Amino acid sequence: MRLTDTLRFARDAATGYPMRTTLSVLAMSIGVAAVVILTALGDGARRYVVGQFSSLGTNLVIVLPGRSGTGGFNPANAITTTPRDLTIDDAGSLRRLPTVRRVAPLAVGTSEIAFGGKLREVMVAGSTADFIPIRNFTIAQGVGLPEEDWNRGSSVAVIGAKIRDEMFGANPAIGQLVRVGDRRLRVVGVLASTGQGLGMNTDELVIVPVSLAQAMFNSNTLFRILVEANSRDAIEGAKDQAMTAIKQRHRGEEDVTVITQDAVLATFDKLLGALTLAVAGIAAISLAVAGILVMNVMLVAVTQRTGEIGLLKALGATARTIRLAFLAEAAMLSAVGALVGYLLGQLGAFALRQFFPVFPAYPPDWAVIAGLSTALATGLIFGVMPARRAARLDPVQALMKH
Amino acid sequence: MALIELSGIERRFLLGDTTVNALAGLNLQIEAGEYVAVMGPSGSGKSTLLNLLGLLDRPNEGTYKLEGRDVTTLSPDEQATVRSTRIGFVFQSFHLVPRLTAAENIALPMTLAGISPAERNKRVAQALKDFGLDQRADHKPDQLSGGQRQRVAIARATIMQPALILADEPTGNLDRHTGEEVVNLLEALNARGVTLIVVTHDPGMGARARRQLVMEDGRLKSDSRTDDISILGKISG
Ligand SMILES: Nc1ncnc2c1ncn2[C@@H]1O[C@H](COP(=O)(O)OP(=O)(O)OP(=O)(O)O)[C@@H](O)[C@H]1O
Ligand SMILES: [Mg+2]
Repeated sequence: MRLTDTLRFARDAATGYPMRTTLSVLAMSIGVAAVVILTALGDGARRYVVGQFSSLGTNLVIVLPGRSGTGGFNPANAITTTPRDLTIDDAGSLRRLPTVRRVAPLAVGTSEIAFGGKLREVMVAGSTADFIPIRNFTIAQGVGLPEEDWNRGSSVAVIGAKIRDEMFGANPAIGQLVRVGDRRLRVVGVLASTGQGLGMNTDELVIVPVSLAQAMFNSNTLFRILVEANSRDAIEGAKDQAMTAIKQRHRGEEDVTVITQDAVLATFDKLLGALTLAVAGIAAISLAVAGILVMNVMLVAVTQRTGEIGLLKALGATARTIRLAFLAEAAMLSAVGALVGYLLGQLGAFALRQFFPVFPAYPPDWAVIAGLSTALATGLIFGVMPARRAARLDPVQALMKH
Repeated sequence: MALIELSGIERRFLLGDTTVNALAGLNLQIEAGEYVAVMGPSGSGKSTLLNLLGLLDRPNEGTYKLEGRDVTTLSPDEQATVRSTRIGFVFQSFHLVPRLTAAENIALPMTLAGISPAERNKRVAQALKDFGLDQRADHKPDQLSGGQRQRVAIARATIMQPALILADEPTGNLDRHTGEEVVNLLEALNARGVTLIVVTHDPGMGARARRQLVMEDGRLKSDSRTDDISILGKISG
């Protein structure tokens, strides 16, 4: 039998039993659609998180107070009771490192801001001039913090877009004096609105010089030191040099943790990638179930069409011809199911993107290819048994079943 | 050389503990171009004989030579080829594929044999004309009368130009008039040289054949061509 004839024969046989065919196509398409949509969700989450992390800044190295648990045992640390705080001078020392472009100390706390009888709680970030460029924030109006001695900050503030709107409304904010905690500060700049992201929401943030913030919160410690390396290749060097420099200042004790944005990013990337894979695996189970359904449907088809199989044999069909015809039918059911499922899945992912525009819900190519080929493979594998059963039927017995 | 040569054919079926001798010690020769009617009571082995002749079944013992070649030892695929090219079947219940049109049903043996669509269309068009089915080419079997269905089945049986046509009670499901038409068609084929073997319960139809075989309990009870010999046997036995 010619290939085109085999395919046409299989197609006619499939469409001859619409209910049966629709059901198995549906099962297969749900399986494939599940793979496409679930991996689109998983990969969307991964891309979203990675994108958010990248927007934190480029070539970022972050110094945190306290040892990380993963550093291994160091006898020098066993003696210390409490880790030393990170200070502004610690941050200042990092500026001299050759691999470092910019450094910004960061102290954070909550306080309240008051202007013209209005009062609200705000998040206060104490830092320096380089904080805004390191974090890739943009200034909508005015200027950022001034370049000055880190230990003697002037009484200025840069405020977030939402705070500007709430405190000043339509009036100009630049140059106004506001009260933050117990200080009177002049507003010198307004940040551009960023909306909700993974990082800090700057819309409700007030940035002040770091020494001012420490005085406000009555503390000498820093929350973080943000370091921007010269280049991507310099990140590892900057990390090591920062660690060495701080260790030296802390009498040889490794009481800080230095992380690179790349490492955090890679971890999240791996974690969410694994999650996507797991989700795809779960969806693939439904494909296997669909495959078993196709087998069931084909077994029923063989029983239903026993008389026809006997006839085909009487008319000179070889076992191979009959096997191919039934296999083609099974393959067709799963191929159409896979195609419909693919379209449904893409439609679902499209709908997700429409409803959640920030969420890049695109199914990854590997998942689409794996989903489609798994569907086709299961359809074929589960089609083999019914096809062989059909080919083995005894023609005389089969003809009597008419 | 005879077209069909059966010698010492045994066909047994196991039914629980008992064995049924559907065919026993059967010897038979049929020449090319003969018109043979197979008759006998129900269960006498007529269909079993026809299935065997059509290579749908194998004997437990004995040899079957078709056109001088021992076909009982052929592989299933070789037997399929012989069925495809040399043998045409006509069944009592027509056995048309319900989802295919009359034309497609007629073309089915050629489709299975891998003959090109152009050649198929040519031969089907001719067959539709020959069997008076031109107007019914695109009808599905359930849109055809019993006589038309059997005409489609006969057209299908002849489309590969076989040497042998095996018909198992071809008029069994038809009224007398349509049955008559179908027999005429088969006889016309025989007149053109095709060997025709018909199983029938109808004595009138059996009488029209040039040779009658009567079966009983899997044995040949009488054969009109060798009647003289069998009568002789009875006398001497
Ligand atoms: N597959 C089978 N299994 C068991 N016994 C069978 C089988 N096929 C036929 N037989 C037996 O073999 C014998 C001959 O059967 P066969 O069908 O050839 O009879 P028949 O002459 O065609 O009868 P009818 O005129 O009723 O069609 C019967 O006794 C039948 O029961
Ligand atoms: Mg019978």
